[in-house]
Order: sequence, then structure tokens, then C-alpha cells
Amino acid sequence: MKLILHVWRQKNAQDKGRMVRYEHPDVNEHMSFLEMLDVLNENLIAKGEDPIAFDHDCREGICGMCGFMINGKAHGGFKGTTVCQLHMRHFKDGEELYLEPWRAKAFPVVKDLAVNRVSFDRVIAAGGFISAPTGSAPDGNAIPVAKQDAELAMDAAACIGCGACVAACPNAAAALFVGAKISHLGHLPQGQVERERRALAMIRQMNVEGFANCTNIGECEAACPKQIKIEVIAFSNHDYIKASFLERPESEIAGVG
Amino acid sequence: MELISHAPTGPIEQSWEKHKFELKLINPANKRKYNLIVVGSGLAGGAAAASLGELGYNVQCFCYQDSPRRAHSIAAQGGINAAKNYHNDGDSVYRLFYDTVKGGDFRAREANVYRLAQVSVNIIDQCVAQGVPFAREYGGLLDNRSFGGAQVSRTFYARGQTGQQLLLGAYQALERQIGLGAVKMYPRMEMLDLIVVDGQARGIVTRSLYDGKVEIHLADAVILATGGYGNVFYLSTNAKGCNATAIWRAYKRGALFANPCFTQIHPTCIPVAGEYQSKLTLMSESLRNDGRIWVPKQPGDKRSPASIPESDRDYYLERRYPSFGNLVPRDIASRAAKAECDSGHGVGPSGLGVYLDFSDCIKRLGKHTIAERYGNLFEMYERITGENPYEVPMRIYPATHYTMGGLWVDYNLMSTIPGLFVLGEANFSDHGANRLGASALMQGLADGYFIIPYTIGDYLANAKPAKVSADSPAAKDAIANVTNITKKLLNASGSRTVDSFHRELGKIVWEYCGMARNEAGLKKAMTQIVALREEYWKHVRVLGANEEFNQSLEKAGRVADFLELAELMCMDALDRNESCGGHFREEFQTPEGEARRDDDHYSYVAAWEYQGEGRAPSLSKEPLAFNYVHPSQRSYK
Repeated sequence: MKLILHVWRQKNAQDKGRMVRYEHPDVNEHMSFLEMLDVLNENLIAKGEDPIAFDHDCREGICGMCGFMINGKAHGGFKGTTVCQLHMRHFKDGEELYLEPWRAKAFPVVKDLAVNRVSFDRVIAAGGFISAPTGSAPDGNAIPVAKQDAELAMDAAACIGCGACVAACPNAAAALFVGAKISHLGHLPQGQVERERRALAMIRQMNVEGFANCTNIGECEAACPKQIKIEVIAFSNHDYIKASFLERPESEIAGVG
Repeated sequence: MELISHAPTGPIEQSWEKHKFELKLINPANKRKYNLIVVGSGLAGGAAAASLGELGYNVQCFCYQDSPRRAHSIAAQGGINAAKNYHNDGDSVYRLFYDTVKGGDFRAREANVYRLAQVSVNIIDQCVAQGVPFAREYGGLLDNRSFGGAQVSRTFYARGQTGQQLLLGAYQALERQIGLGAVKMYPRMEMLDLIVVDGQARGIVTRSLYDGKVEIHLADAVILATGGYGNVFYLSTNAKGCNATAIWRAYKRGALFANPCFTQIHPTCIPVAGEYQSKLTLMSESLRNDGRIWVPKQPGDKRSPASIPESDRDYYLERRYPSFGNLVPRDIASRAAKAECDSGHGVGPSGLGVYLDFSDCIKRLGKHTIAERYGNLFEMYERITGENPYEVPMRIYPATHYTMGGLWVDYNLMSTIPGLFVLGEANFSDHGANRLGASALMQGLADGYFIIPYTIGDYLANAKPAKVSADSPAAKDAIANVTNITKKLLNASGSRTVDSFHRELGKIVWEYCGMARNEAGLKKAMTQIVALREEYWKHVRVLGANEEFNQSLEKAGRVADFLELAELMCMDALDRNESCGGHFREEFQTPEGEARRDDDHYSYVAAWEYQGEGRAPSLSKEPLAFNYVHPSQRSYK
């Protein structure tokens, strides 16, 4: 089959960027979307043209490195599918496709379709963890975890950190990403001690990074390749509001000094 | 070179305890004076960087991905072994040790494997404390499943995403240390050379993948946790970016490379669909619990699977191995599939595939039960192939999955270069000639959380590394080497893409140094690899410049290293005149076609030392002694 691709080309973060049209006659329905781009890149290199940069690694839908917009939809908009797992049989011969990078202030473009998502790491570094230094753990069965809690934690922990939720959100909010981590750790007994602190720290860092606020539109849930539910946002809002009321400056806490 | 393992003597049950006590310590206040480099952020590297940061060392951690959370440990599906005996089914540290030594076909160091089994229990505790959402039973306690090569249930899991959850646990611990300032993280930064000063590893040279900037990073010790070299085959279950550059360039600076020919081919992967194929996808080993593997009896039978009657099908694993049936270990299942396809019984458009059929178990257990067990795998299969495995049998074929070989390390995980430590899949240590399922995650985390934090202190206390400067001749030489390689690649101005070379190399290695090897084939492969390498440096085309985000250039450097490593793999395979685990030499098999080990002559670790360009590497041997698990012929009949 044959495709017409319009691809966002941007040399680096400083470049303005533009859409460039490519005709791609060598598409096979069994190829993955990224393999289709591999073949286009081989053709470009043969012609002496700069290949299209895009991020990818595991190509199994789990590392979270790949992702861009296809016709305005994150990862192409197919249910529960990252772009590396999307196959060309879903497209029609002669179809025109528009490929663009994630667009968000907190995800600056590196080149073409590749963006910088270090902001996500900084949000995790602010509080997306349980403090459990190596060697300090009690026996794994010392704290029973109700099966349902473990399942709810796992549902949220399935997030791959790809950024599709941010790209799909008209506000470029990171509420689904942040909510998934707060919900994952907050459903477990081990995560209770730091629960309030975690919500405050992560959401504050999220704001520092330039992610906007959630206005309950729901595009994130629809775009999430791991089908994380929007209820994680309700969970993190609950924790954040509670923590905001309970917060006291460290100096006022009895015992300090 | 004499290889001293530093494995403790005396009763194996106490050897790690005794060894830990004998290791020198660094006072907490002094730890912050030491700078440590960790390359790689997967289970081994992430766990090491986090744990060393917690101890108070100054840590710099590097990864080529955009975030440490992307490392390929994340893709492991099945689970992680630990000798907890939570199920009262007779498991013990000794049994896990025994199974691992035997599963590795008696080519691993006993003391290392025993320690691995011992710390396996601490790993589970650590991960639970971090919030890894392991599967639970209704009473709230941890659930287990069984896995190949073991008769007890000792595999802990988090749905089909165990690797992901363990990695996120290590990643979150690492991010916590980054937030606290104990670890400095360098994402999209690739190590391109090792700096060795006065015989000690003292730093690395990196290239920023953002803008090509080449930099020197100095330290008191360097830890490589950069994974395996499975991508030498081009097609593998590894991530696209997985590469051997860090360990290969360390090899060229004097670290010995052990058992490069020990590679694992996983039997159940989705077959290659076409020339454009970029990677292979694994279908979990657990599918073999319920699926039945078969091929048509008649070679070249092109009928659809549904129209081939029972009497015309050959369930070859059940026929050849009646007691283990479809659950024989990975190496055996892979070779059997290859034999069927080689004799013309293969299915699918390419003839390189066998059926994995679920129709019997769906009849027996109902579609619902099968969906509960394997639903996500069936979905993934359908997404990739467009076929529904509830209705038509899956087509599967073996694919490269893991490399047991790697840089040689002693009991302290230190390579032959003092101050250079190697963890996880990047070292050769614990799996011998074949790795059992659910043991890679265990080894990565054991090395990172529970071994390196002890052994590195002993090295620093003894070696007392002197001050070193970025102006030292060794650092300048390393920078010049990196710059030179980049220039050569950019200036080759040929006509062939990097991928086309990589694909061709993969075909050679797969054909002659894959599931079955023989002397003539290996010699042929070595000639072809040398010729391909020469052509590479003349005719490769890498566009663009160094000073930009240049994915072709990144790949070009990695493929240049694979072109060298492939030759060493073949050389090692040629030198080992026996069959063991994943290394099957056709000349050395039993009359029934099984691997024939030669313990009298080959019970050793083969460690290769670089001798300079154009010169053959020299071989050193570390003899293996088995005082606890007596070597026997593996039989699965």
C-alpha cells in the first residue's frame, strides 16, 4: 500500500519547525507503524536526506519511550495501543496521515517527533516513591495487602510514563500521570506513611514544571495506552486537598529542635 | 592471565556471611568523598545507583534513554524467583541453588550461585517495602506461580509485567536519591570509552545524544550495568537501543570477556513477518503450560491448521520427550522447533514457524479460563499478527532473548580491571550456559541491591584511589579515541545504511552461531564477518553531524562494535568442542540428538583478552569446581 505522510520536521529546540510532505509507496499491512517509518528513513538516507527522528526502544508497548500524534490523536487513538504496537493493517491504501510530536510546554521538542520528558522524572523525584532504603525491609509477608488493594495499585502502576495523557489534554495537564503514581502507592499499606507529603510534593512539582491544571475533560483516559482510569485523578485530588488542610510548617511540629 | 575468583573457601552456606565480615568498610563520613559512576539504569544499575546513594557515596548515573525508567528490564514478563518457601512445598536456598547450577548445565561458579539464592529472599522483602504491587492471595499474602526448570512454586509476579514493576521500584528509589542530591542522573548520555589510569578504572568518556558533546567523567570506581549483547543478532527480543558498546570498549581497555558464545534462544516468539522486521516479540513461556506444539506430519503441507486432521499432526515435543512434553527447558524446545523447520515441516508464509495450539485446553477449561490466564498475551499476539489465537493456533518460532556471557568478574563482581565492576546481564556470572526463567530479574537486583554495596567499599578501602585529572594522558587518549571513531563513521560517505549492515550481520550470526553451530559454519561466519566489517568502514553512510541529535550516528557506533563482538562469539563457539546449555555444537551430540557435555576438557570459564587490532585475542581459563552439585547429563525424556 501507499501512504502520504505529513511529518513535523524541527532540527532542534530552537528551530521553528514545519510540516513536510512525503510519499511512501513501500508500506506493507504487516508492518508496525514504526517499521513503516524505518523503511521511509532508509529511503531518505538513500536519497541523502536527513531521516526523521522519533523516540522508541522496546517496541513492545512497555518502555514508554515512543509516542507521537497521528492525525491529532496520541499514539493514533487506537484503544490500549502504543504507536510501536500499532500495525499498518488499520490504515487504508492512499491515506494521508499527519504526524506531530507531543505538544506541551513541559515537553520541549528535541528533534522532529522526539521530545524531552525529564519533567516527569522530576515529578517522581519530588515524592513519587516510598522511602525504603535498601536493607531496611521487613519480611515480604509481614504486611498483608488485601487482594483488591493490590489489584487497584497494579491498575495504576501500569502507567508507562509515555506522556500521551499530557499530549491529549487541551490544558497539557499531567494529572493522569501524577494521579496514577499517587493512586498506586496510596492503595498500599506501605505507602500510607508518606501519603500526604507525596501528594503535596508531586503536585507542586507538577506545577513548577509548567503542566496546567485538570478541568475534567477526560481526553487523558481515552488516550492512555495502558487504559489508566480517570478515577486516579479523583484519588490524588482527595489526597492533595486533605494534605493541604493538614499541612503544618516543619518548625511547628512538636519535637523539632 | 591468571583468573582469581576470590570465591571464599569453606562451607558454602556460610561463605557470603564470612566474606562480608572480611570486607573492609568505609566510615559513613568518608563515603561522600568517593565518586562512583554507574552506567545503565535497569534493575542492576538502578538498584546499585540508588543503594550507593543511600549509603552516602557521590553517584553519577548514565543511561542512553530519555529517562532511567525505560531500561529494558522493564519488558520482563513472567516473574522473579526467590527461595521463600511461602508455599510449604519444599523450597529452600539450597534447592534454588541446585536448580540454577543444573539449569545452567554446570558452567557457572557455585559460590556465586549460592549467594544469589541466599539474597533472593531479601529482594522480595525490599521490593514489597518499595510498593511493588506483587500478586496477592485473598488472605493478603504473596502469591507464587511455577516456572520452567523447577518443581516448586517460587516465582513472584505482578500480572504479566513483573519486570516493569520491579524496575519502577528501583527507579523510584533512584529518583528519591536524585531528589536528595546523592545521585546525579545523566539521561540520553552514552558511554563510549573507559578511562584507565595506572591500571585502575577511573572514569568514562560520554557523548550527549542531545548535542553530541563529548565529555570526561572521572570517579574512584566505575560500575557497568549495561545489559546483554543479544542485538548482535539484529533481530532479538531486546529493545532497539540495547547494545554492547560499554562492555565492548571496556574489553578493548583490558577487561576480559567471558563465554561470549553462551546465548539464549527463547522458543516462543512471534515469527519474522518480512525483511522490514525490526524486532521480535516474546510470548511468555507460561503459554506452554496449556498450549500444545505441533507441525504437519507431511513436509510442505499447506492446508490451513483447522483442516489438518489429528492423524496428520506431529506433536513432536510430546512424542520426543514424553515426561516433560511441551514444558522442556528453553534450549531443548528451541532446537526441536528448528529441527522441524529445517526438515520442511515448518508452517506460515516463511516456513519458519510451528503451531502453539490452544484448542484442546479451550475445550477442556472453557474460553473464559484461558482468557483469564493469558488474555493480555492473546491480545498482544492478535495486535501484531492480526490473527485470533482463540480460533487459530498461534505461530511461534525461537528468537534471541538473553546472553549468559559477558565481562568476566570475580566474586566481588569486579572485572580484570581493578575498579571496574560489572553487574546484571553485562557480566557472565551466575547462569552458566543456560538461564532459567525468572532468574534474570533476580540476578540484576541481587547484584545492585545486595552485593555491590558491600564489595565496592572493600575495593575503595584497599585501593585508596589517588587524585586523577582530566588532563591525564589516559583521559586525553580516550577522548581522542571517541572523536576518531565518530569522525571515521561520518567521513565514510558510502552508500549503505547502518541498518542494512546490521541486518546482514544478524543473518550471519543467526545462521552459523545461533541455535546450532558447527566447525565449518563458524569458520565461514568468521570470514564473512571480517569481510563485512571491512565493507562497513568503507561503505557505510551516516548523514548529519556529530553536534546534533543524530540517531544514525548512535546506531553506527553500536553496530561497529557488534561487528567485532560477533567474531569473538564465533571464535569462542569454535573453541568450545562440546555442547552445553544454549551452546549446541552439532558434532557433539548424543545418538538421540541431545547436547553432549565434555566435563573432562571444558569445565571452565573461557575468558578472552584483547590483544590489539588485527591480532587474535588470547584465552584464559577459570576452572570450575563442583563440590556440591554433581554434574550429570540433563535428561528430559
